[in-house]
Amino acid sequence: MIGSIAALLILQLIGTIVIRLTGIPLPGPVVGMLLLFVFLLWRGATPDSLASTTRGLLSNLGLLFVPAGVGIITHLDAVADQWLALTITLVASAVIAIVVTAFTLRVLMRNSLDTPEPVAPKTGD
Amino acid sequence: MGRISEIWVYLAEQPLLWLTITVGLFWLAQQLYRASGDFPLLNPVLVSVAILVCGLMATGTPYHAYFDGAQFISFLLGPATVALAVPLASQAATLRRHWLSITVALSVGSITAIMSALVIGWATGLSGDMLLSMLPKSVTTPIAMGISDQIGGVPSLTAVFVILTGIVGAAIGIPLLRALGLRDPVAKGFALGVGSHGIGTARAFEHSEQAGAFSGLAMGLNGALTAILVPLIVWLLGL
Repeated sequence: MIGSIAALLILQLIGTIVIRLTGIPLPGPVVGMLLLFVFLLWRGATPDSLASTTRGLLSNLGLLFVPAGVGIITHLDAVADQWLALTITLVASAVIAIVVTAFTLRVLMRNSLDTPEPVAPKTGD
Repeated sequence: MGRISEIWVYLAEQPLLWLTITVGLFWLAQQLYRASGDFPLLNPVLVSVAILVCGLMATGTPYHAYFDGAQFISFLLGPATVALAVPLASQAATLRRHWLSITVALSVGSITAIMSALVIGWATGLSGDMLLSMLPKSVTTPIAMGISDQIGGVPSLTAVFVILTGIVGAAIGIPLLRALGLRDPVAKGFALGVGSHGIGTARAFEHSEQAGAFSGLAMGLNGALTAILVPLIVWLLGL
């Protein structure tokens, strides 16, 4: 488990250094994610300890956004002033973006824009 | 009584207090959410943030004092983002097969997220800096704040819009898509990642590992694309 945590931190660190050196407008952890992805594809399988550490971290991802969310307290006045316009914009834009993206992807995948599927099983919910 | 307020004063200065309260509250909010049968308005991020804001106001605690403790939780966002590569690698076969569809859907979704915010915000009469701060709201906080700064928005206000967008998408995204007859976990997860970044991804992982993997992918890709598109749109429209 410690090895997995060290690996995640090292990749984040490498990502951050790459960003600093190149000036790419992305956060270091996103670059770290891409590096780990490439490594796992090359290696062919994910080590068990890494799989269980990441499962623990990702199954409670929502918690990690709570401290930033509480930051709304520093903008309560500005938000209260235009609350109706803000609510309409945030809700409508989120709904439109999600619905458009989901159906675009489904239509494209259905119309076999891509390489044909080698195996049949497909899981619904 | 004097003894208790002495202890409060001591604890209020320590990171431990707000760290413990945040983790404990989130755990309780998760139990409540599950007990309610995943009722969207009881989204655990929303409930925890609402209670904490009320708690800070009631005790007169400034945000920076709260964040001194809670920053240890925020810090984990970095390693958690790196960790998204693991579920993604397990979906490599689907990814290879559908990369073209994914690229097109990402571009369409990214432009839709930005332009819908611009048009609806303008139509409802949002003020100039509110509108600019709103444009990068669909991507993860650090990218969104960087974009906001670049185009003359208010980065800390953008952070608020990012979190609110995430909560909205996480709360209503999956029930809405289900009501519209969409069953495919890949499309559901991917849409949540494009529309509501990491908070949507957290919700997608509750749905299934496959939905979570594609949500994490969409979140990363949309962050990169939005960082290019928003400054370009602002420049093209002369905002």
